[in-house]
Amino acid sequence: MVLAVALILVTVASVLFHFLSPWWFTPLASNWKLIDDTILITLVITGGVFVAVNLFIAWALIRYRHRPGRRATYEPENKKLEGWLTIGTSLGIIAMLAPGLYVYTQMIRVPEDAIVVEAVGQQWQWRFRLPGEDGRLGRTGAAFVSLDNPLGLDPDDPDGHDDLIVPGPDLVLPLDRPVLVLLRAHDVLHNFYVPQFRVKMDLVPGLVSRFWFTPTATGRFEILCAELCGVGHWNMRGHVEVVDKSAYREWRAALPTFGAVLAAAADDGLDEAARRGRELARERGCLACHTLDGAAGIGPTWQGLYGAERPLADGRSVRADADYLAEAIRDPNATLVAGFPAIMPRVDLSEAEVDALVAFIRSLGAPTAEAQGADPMPPGDAPAANEAAHGAPR
Amino acid sequence: MNLFATLADKPWLAQPAPPPDEAARRMPAARVGVLWLLASLTALFSLFAVAFLIRAQLPDWEALAGGAGRPLASLAPLWVNTAWLATASVTLQAASLFARRGRSGALRAALAAGALSALAFLAGQALVWQQLIAQGHFIATNPSASFFYLLTALHGAHLAGGLVAWVHVARRAWRPAADARLALGVALCALYWHFLLAVWLFVFALLAAEPATLVWLAEICGLR
Amino acid sequence: MTHDADTHHEPSSFWTRYVWSQDHKVIAIQYTLTAIAIGLVGLVLSNLMRLQLGFPGRFDFIDAAAYYQYVTMHGMIMVIYLLTALLLGGFGNYLIPLMVGARDMVFPYLNMLSFWVYLLAVLVLVASFFVPGGPTGAGWTLYPPQAILPGTPGTDWGIVLMLASLVIFIVAATMGGLNYVTTVLQARTRGMTLMRMPLTVWGIFTASVLALLAFPALFVAGMMMLLDKLAGTSFFMPAIVSMGRELGHEGGSPLLFQHLFWFFGHPEVYIVALPAFGIVSDLISTHARKNIFGYRMMVWAIVAIGGLSFVVWAHHMYVSGMNPYFGYFFATTTLIIAVPTAIKVYNWVLTLWRGNIHLTVPMLFAIGFICSFVLGGITGLFLGNVSVDIPLSDTYFVVAHFHMVMGVAPILAIFGGIYHWYPKVTGRMLDERLGRLHFWVTFLGTYAIYFPMHYLGFLGMPRRYYSFEDYAFIPDSAQDLNAFITVCALVVAAFQFLFLFNLVWSAFRGKPAESNPWGATTLEWQTPETPPRHGNWGEALPVVHRWAYDYSVPGAKRDFIPQTEPHEGAPPGTDEALAEARP
Repeated sequence: MVLAVALILVTVASVLFHFLSPWWFTPLASNWKLIDDTILITLVITGGVFVAVNLFIAWALIRYRHRPGRRATYEPENKKLEGWLTIGTSLGIIAMLAPGLYVYTQMIRVPEDAIVVEAVGQQWQWRFRLPGEDGRLGRTGAAFVSLDNPLGLDPDDPDGHDDLIVPGPDLVLPLDRPVLVLLRAHDVLHNFYVPQFRVKMDLVPGLVSRFWFTPTATGRFEILCAELCGVGHWNMRGHVEVVDKSAYREWRAALPTFGAVLAAAADDGLDEAARRGRELARERGCLACHTLDGAAGIGPTWQGLYGAERPLADGRSVRADADYLAEAIRDPNATLVAGFPAIMPRVDLSEAEVDALVAFIRSLGAPTAEAQGADPMPPGDAPAANEAAHGAPR
Repeated sequence: MNLFATLADKPWLAQPAPPPDEAARRMPAARVGVLWLLASLTALFSLFAVAFLIRAQLPDWEALAGGAGRPLASLAPLWVNTAWLATASVTLQAASLFARRGRSGALRAALAAGALSALAFLAGQALVWQQLIAQGHFIATNPSASFFYLLTALHGAHLAGGLVAWVHVARRAWRPAADARLALGVALCALYWHFLLAVWLFVFALLAAEPATLVWLAEICGLR
Repeated sequence: MTHDADTHHEPSSFWTRYVWSQDHKVIAIQYTLTAIAIGLVGLVLSNLMRLQLGFPGRFDFIDAAAYYQYVTMHGMIMVIYLLTALLLGGFGNYLIPLMVGARDMVFPYLNMLSFWVYLLAVLVLVASFFVPGGPTGAGWTLYPPQAILPGTPGTDWGIVLMLASLVIFIVAATMGGLNYVTTVLQARTRGMTLMRMPLTVWGIFTASVLALLAFPALFVAGMMMLLDKLAGTSFFMPAIVSMGRELGHEGGSPLLFQHLFWFFGHPEVYIVALPAFGIVSDLISTHARKNIFGYRMMVWAIVAIGGLSFVVWAHHMYVSGMNPYFGYFFATTTLIIAVPTAIKVYNWVLTLWRGNIHLTVPMLFAIGFICSFVLGGITGLFLGNVSVDIPLSDTYFVVAHFHMVMGVAPILAIFGGIYHWYPKVTGRMLDERLGRLHFWVTFLGTYAIYFPMHYLGFLGMPRRYYSFEDYAFIPDSAQDLNAFITVCALVVAAFQFLFLFNLVWSAFRGKPAESNPWGATTLEWQTPETPPRHGNWGEALPVVHRWAYDYSVPGAKRDFIPQTEPHEGAPPGTDEALAEARP
């Protein structure tokens, strides 16, 4: 009895929850209304079954509960009833599968006029590349990846020289134009997911995966990584900004080509130790957690760190001078900057290597008068411009 | 026993009383157990084969055989090993025959010969490993080499496991007292050996296949 | 090979009786207690995760690395070391010989070995908590390359111990599985035809077959990843730049691992589900005093689900980057598998229909199972249908779905089974009031945890996130819901200790049980002693004359007829008798 009432209440509460809850689809910003529709079809059919089964159980519990003298009916099977139920279920399944596969056909058929964007994932940041005037993306390879060439383009492939490199984890897309996103990963699996666009796809090292959509609303949308990719998975941030055509054209025109990035890198103005430190920072994985551009990371950014006063987790504060930095590299979790987890591993480094790293961090902290070159981002939105300017503050 | 007829039974209806010797007419449990083990191992090696075929389609694959300088440029040593394993299989089949006929002297000889040939096979495989290492083909040199080491090691481990079962059976065979279950034990040993011979031939064929054959295999399996 | 009574010497010393025991009942208890013990670790880990999700930053010992380690170990422990081990090693071991009328498993020594190897697997797993770097944090799916690269916790020792433990577990599961399958096929007593077997045996039998054929895939994947980690091979490792360093791998395929993993992983779902289906079928039939509705259809459905479970695996991979055309095939097969599954649900519900329902504690859990399973099952229709899955995959919708369908539902079936068979195992009843309290908190609590969670998935909240700070599309109210879910999870977890207390207390102080307290027809309730002695059946094996579901047979004196009772005269259950009985 109590159970019957409980089942009825659970069913009613679930239905009410569905209609009253504030949690529902994030407002759609792409062409994939069809996906939402198939979800709704599935929800109606399955929701009906859910309510029917639960209410039937509740009714049976009341109607056929044990009472003295009661005896159950003996009926081993009822072919007709089972047959009808099987047919009904099959029809329900078809009613869900058919629209599902119809929509899926649309999802894997990329429109011919789609613009191409490449998204590259690495622990734990997003980068983007657009084909240049030739409309072709240049070859890439893991062996080419370096601090100056984080996307791993083959410098000897002429197709790649006019490719446009997006500085930073923010992509801009034009409104109402189909976009084919090609996905690559350098290290582990990632997944490019913007809830408002509905579609998502894994980035798999060793192959190029793809999906397409048409943005249908302007605005700034968050990119999430939806495939576990290590301790920084939850914090692999990026944005897609959807703008009108002219704004997009402007943004695109301001992007540096790969050729220009390479040329700028050759002339970086770093001294010997700092340059060595920069290479070390890449090789030893420092840059997975410490950004060079002021953006939030797993660890504190190195931009403007040198000589700055920083609050510690234990309430004290410390001046990040050469001695402190060297100590913090050698014994990472002895002192913790407030707001950061104690997850930095102890890296085996020689004295000279520590000095080189400190020199590099110093080079990021000393303000220079140099302008940043082609920087399309609005102020306050720091780009990961380490290709061109190593994040020298503006 | 027809499975479909069985599944169509209406068990709630009264059925004729079961024959009293029902249990005795069944296949021995040990044989059924071994057959299921072989089914599981078939799944294991088939999955390895599928993994092998998929991996072999990727660009960095270098076929093991077919050409000088390749790790398996000469297949002769592996053919010798194959002969040893086939001998083991044949002698154990003979042992099974002798066990059924109660010829204990011949049984012991055949059992011993079977085990010795199996050991010779294992030694031969180890020798091939040594040669490969000496030629600089290590486990991580190329995925084809990785598969070679992995599959031969796994096959060898299963053969070694078979030798443990062999010891179990042989202890009974050397006991003077008559043993009703001995013939079954020897028969199952032989069955396991035949299976491992079949697995080896399959693995050998995969490992020694020409690149074109692998492509063709992958195509008919729908992996390309 | 049946066992002659004389080959079964009753072991005399404490050690041979309770430790190195070859008796299936003792091994079942060893399996069960070990599984519950490691399951408690999994439960605590889930609560630690929930603490972080409900109250982010409040518990500063839970950093991101620790969080991912909890996620991983919780998942692996619950799926493999608790559910698989408990349902096959625990229930399978205890029930198969008793229900088919055998004296023991056909290979008792192998059976004992199976438990000890399982225990070794558990110990290796637990050891990974104490090695430098801690256990692996790669997620229970252990996807390479991430699982063996820096940037993930536990890539030095944790992942190696994890893979080693899995390989050991597979050896144990194979030894067990061979026993269960062979015992069912070869050791049934006289008259116990396949179609007279209780559905519990059918479920465990089919699950064991699946285990024998599916675990090899995990073995293959595990071995290859171990070599990638330890020997530098490139089975799954393509060219990679990890943390700025080029690793020297080339050409490997991360997708190959995923295919192998899910070729194991999806049958694994049914390895857990099928025994639960069987148990629930028998509980419902017994406590509703009614034959299971459509027994044949139930058997066919179990077999069909078992077969189909091998051709649906890539529905876990719709967004993996695999060939998109696979989506058509796997969406179709996956939705087809819903038909036999739905039939099972209908037949449980139709068994209640026109029954004589006793709401005992096992029955409460069985009905709780149906409700949870229906919710988990229908959400599976979302995720199996490729275009619906794509927006929902890797969100909390998935978390809610699989917890409902293969976490909560099987565990409710397990609880129901334990309340049902405990009197046979110990000779005492579990305390009923504690049992009811346990049911209500567990059933309503888990519903309150997972039902709203689907809506976080609709919203688009990704799973496996340590924290959701500063994500603009997530409203603050979602955080309140997370806090609510955490509180529910803590309460549900706390009440499981009540169950443990009941388990221990009732073993000594519980009400003594009759030999057949529920009035059940199946063989295990017809043993000469309760608990059954070594060898189960005294002098002579039972002879079976009827199926397992002769409840409320028209004309019979009692409302159940044990399987051992011969038919008299005009057998009841013939078409004539049925015609009379119909209202």
